Amino acid sequence: MQQALRFLGPEAEAVDHPDFIEQARLARDGSDDAPHRGLPLTIRGLRKSFGSNEVLRGIDLHIPAGQFVAIVGRSGCGKSTLLRLIAGLEKIDAGSISFGEETRPEDVRVMFQEPRLLPWARVLSNVEVGLGRDRGSPDAQSRAAKALAEVGLDEKRGDWPAVLSGGQKQRVALARALVSQPRILAFDEPLGALDALTRISMQRMLGQVWRDQAFTAILVTHDVSEAVALADRVLVIEEGRIAHDINVDIARPRRRGSADLAALEGSILRDLLQTTDE
Amino acid sequence: MSLIEVLPRVRSWRLPRPDGLIQWIVPLAILLLWQIACVTGFVSSRVLPAPSDVAVAGWKLLLSGELERNIWVSFWRASVGFVIGGGIGFAFGLANGLSQLSSKLTDTTLQMVRNIPHLALIPLVILWFGIDESAKLFLVALGVFFPIYLNTLHGIRTVDPQLIEMGRIYGMRDGELFRRVIFPGALPSIFVGLRFALGIMWLTLIVAETIAASSGLGYMAMQAREFMQIDVVVLSILIYALLGKLADSASRALERLTLSWHPAFQK
Repeated sequence: MQQALRFLGPEAEAVDHPDFIEQARLARDGSDDAPHRGLPLTIRGLRKSFGSNEVLRGIDLHIPAGQFVAIVGRSGCGKSTLLRLIAGLEKIDAGSISFGEETRPEDVRVMFQEPRLLPWARVLSNVEVGLGRDRGSPDAQSRAAKALAEVGLDEKRGDWPAVLSGGQKQRVALARALVSQPRILAFDEPLGALDALTRISMQRMLGQVWRDQAFTAILVTHDVSEAVALADRVLVIEEGRIAHDINVDIARPRRRGSADLAALEGSILRDLLQTTDE
Repeated sequence: MSLIEVLPRVRSWRLPRPDGLIQWIVPLAILLLWQIACVTGFVSSRVLPAPSDVAVAGWKLLLSGELERNIWVSFWRASVGFVIGGGIGFAFGLANGLSQLSSKLTDTTLQMVRNIPHLALIPLVILWFGIDESAKLFLVALGVFFPIYLNTLHGIRTVDPQLIEMGRIYGMRDGELFRRVIFPGALPSIFVGLRFALGIMWLTLIVAETIAASSGLGYMAMQAREFMQIDVVVLSILIYALLGKLADSASRALERLTLSWHPAFQK
């Protein structure tokens, strides 16, 4: 609880500090709910069309368990469609997506640009929705409360979503996605609608929960600086294919605006702009 | 405890719900002006009896038991007709909002029937049912059906598809999706239909009772007209206003109770 609240305070910078991560890891290993390992993801020859418009033209991709992958590209390049296919929201035309082992529906979760909270349900009930088939179980409420505490919104549990700020709503949506302890978490521009400052603190929060819970993360974003700040690997998609696959070999904690991040961001942006001009 | 913490409590204790009183200022002022106009002879009592005369007429009717009987009969007709028509309208609204097949099958027909003013059916209804209870119930039910049907249908169709997708992603089956997402989402629109329907309910009933009835408020007003009892006529009109207000307040209270999540109902 304390950890998550730190995001919002002035000591937010400290969150990325190795000591802090070590502390979190120690605390985690001591408890019996050890984090789930992420699932690996293998995609072969994936194609998808909407009518005559071929959006994905053969995607081959392997994501190792627990990796944080960012997918960037111009709008309409097919990055959101790829994410929706991974999450099972669209039917596959050709090719395959496999997770290495049998998955429960609760193992794969999505977070969207819009929080998509039920306006007629209190914050805590909205988080409970994320439990899937376990919604009716006796510990549902306590699990939801725990997830809510992880995003630092414990005191808002009895509020209506309408009174929350945009960033708070998105944190509730994050808690809802996390409550079932997913092994793959897909983000579709989750911070796109937030203001710059909220976005930075939310990025830190995403990085933190990913480290804590060790799920495989797939982040679709148009913000290249967000991609290089968070991800292990950046995929650039152009015209339905993976055009570049870039490893982000920069040690964490990463400092915003550091020279190596900026250099990488610049080179990815150049790749993106080049194809735009052609 | 500091003085500042104590103060608001004292104030709220002294003035019980000032908002509740404000809305009655205008009706009371009208009543007062009306009384003054009658007493001073500005308005002839043959055109409009003074409120005090209306009250006396009401008191007499109350003592004879006639008023209570007529109000009860009208209230019974209104509520039974409302439940029947509203229930059927709600059922059709749900069915057509949730099922493509049902919508294709019935919506066009219902839209055609909707364009017939239901009061135009009065001659036909009298031929069918005479001036029986069923005639009034039929008309009220028919009048109430359409606003409830249309608004239920509209409410269900306009539930945010992103929320429905969210519900599906989180593993909600049809029943749970309806209970948690679709029905609460449609509720504000259903309430709009409810309030429209309440207005139509009184209108239909009064027209039906003045034309074809042997009891009820509309009948009482028509009888009074025959005997030139203008105070009773005015009394029945005032009772309509009161009953209409009552029905509206009831639906508002229900709205506040069930839509407390809605920003429009949060203070």
